[in-house]
Amino acid sequence: MIRIAIAPLGSCSGCDVAIADIGEDFADIAKIAEIVYWPTGADLKLEDLEAIDYIDITLSHGSIRTSEQEEILKLLRKKSKVMVAFGSCACFGGIPGLVNLSPEREDVMRTAYESISTDKGEWPSEKSKIDGKILTLPKLYNLGHSHDSLVEMDYYVPGCPPVESQIRDLLGVAVAYSKGGELPPKGTVIAGARALCDECDREKPEKIVIDRFYRPHEKEADPNLCFLAQGIICMGPATRSGCGTRCINANMPCRGCFGPPPGIRDQGSKMLSAITSLLAADREAELGEEGLRELLERISDPTGTFYRFTLPSAIINRRLNDGR
Amino acid sequence: MKKVFEPRIVAFLCNWCAYSGADLAGVSRLKYPPNVVPIRVMCSGRVDPQFVLEAFREGADGVFIGGCHTPSDCHYVNGNFKTYKRKIVMDRMLEQIGINPRRLRLEWVSASEGKKFAEVMDEFIAEVRKLGPVPRMKEGER
Repeated sequence: MIRIAIAPLGSCSGCDVAIADIGEDFADIAKIAEIVYWPTGADLKLEDLEAIDYIDITLSHGSIRTSEQEEILKLLRKKSKVMVAFGSCACFGGIPGLVNLSPEREDVMRTAYESISTDKGEWPSEKSKIDGKILTLPKLYNLGHSHDSLVEMDYYVPGCPPVESQIRDLLGVAVAYSKGGELPPKGTVIAGARALCDECDREKPEKIVIDRFYRPHEKEADPNLCFLAQGIICMGPATRSGCGTRCINANMPCRGCFGPPPGIRDQGSKMLSAITSLLAADREAELGEEGLRELLERISDPTGTFYRFTLPSAIINRRLNDGR
Repeated sequence: MKKVFEPRIVAFLCNWCAYSGADLAGVSRLKYPPNVVPIRVMCSGRVDPQFVLEAFREGADGVFIGGCHTPSDCHYVNGNFKTYKRKIVMDRMLEQIGINPRRLRLEWVSASEGKKFAEVMDEFIAEVRKLGPVPRMKEGER
């Protein structure tokens, strides 16, 4: 029997649900492994984790935003032989990582505790006295972090949340581990190895040209035609394959949760490059610089759109402070 | 003695126009400040936005991209338009990540415009000098 831990950090627990979602195959895990730590599945606390002497494979998910999450992550690394970054938050920082665009903690606190819709409350501090007792809270960081920016990770399973086929592949790794078999090389990303467009069945014109941008709610999309050809921003060209085009099958454009394809460092700027190249590609000279500028201004939030899941692992991964 | 801030500028220059323009500025013995590190690329359209971000991350105080005049000077038909379109969105992205977009400058410089190249560089370096050093990402920041 090998020992497995499933550890939620700054997580929405969607990753836990994805694991539970494999259904009866979950029993296969029980054949080879004992789950020694899974706070979402059973009531386990930090002391319980501290009491475990070693773990074989840990799946850690969720972003890192507090001192407690960092502490648990480091503790897991110390005890585990194999660490798997499970889900987009663990791999790249994920949606919570967009906080890096407003990294002043005071702003966040003000919005939470002093906005018009809130009864003015006391800001929680790391140490406060309530009913004569000292209450301690973890430190809230200014920035969100991916797991590998703080500890060494062995494997990556991107996705928000990861899909069944990836979890099965991961199970295969666990089986190989339990038999002392060969493991994939360190740093392996358990997902596809191409851009998502490669696995997308939609009809793609010979030359894709965007006439103008539409936000998904502004237009009923043709379910058989490439989103980009319809002017709807789809992250497919700058996103790793392996999800089985689940959003696209539901007639929604890709949002990029699998992160950049192999060999790409920075998903957001690559997407920027792709999408701007397609805009009015057949009438650039006719529109001229001003005409093109007007069309491009319809992209309402380039950073939030193109780095939706990957900001903390981008080349410049936070809002800097230029002359302010 | 007071230390003067000397900005570091990375300039991506296209082989056919801007680089030849810079060359002409050189052979014509035109003077402009020595703060520029020129990098020759085959086309301004080859300048991946990743290069620009990487340059800023590594401490470039300004990034200059020089290409051929629109609409019809580009050696590869429309590489300059691709760069132009990227630059528009890059400016807004830089604004969002807290880098003054004035640190990124795109100019069309033809092979015969040595004088223009020297003037533009003069002006850009002066502007970046006023903006001060590029903000850096602090290692270990939580």
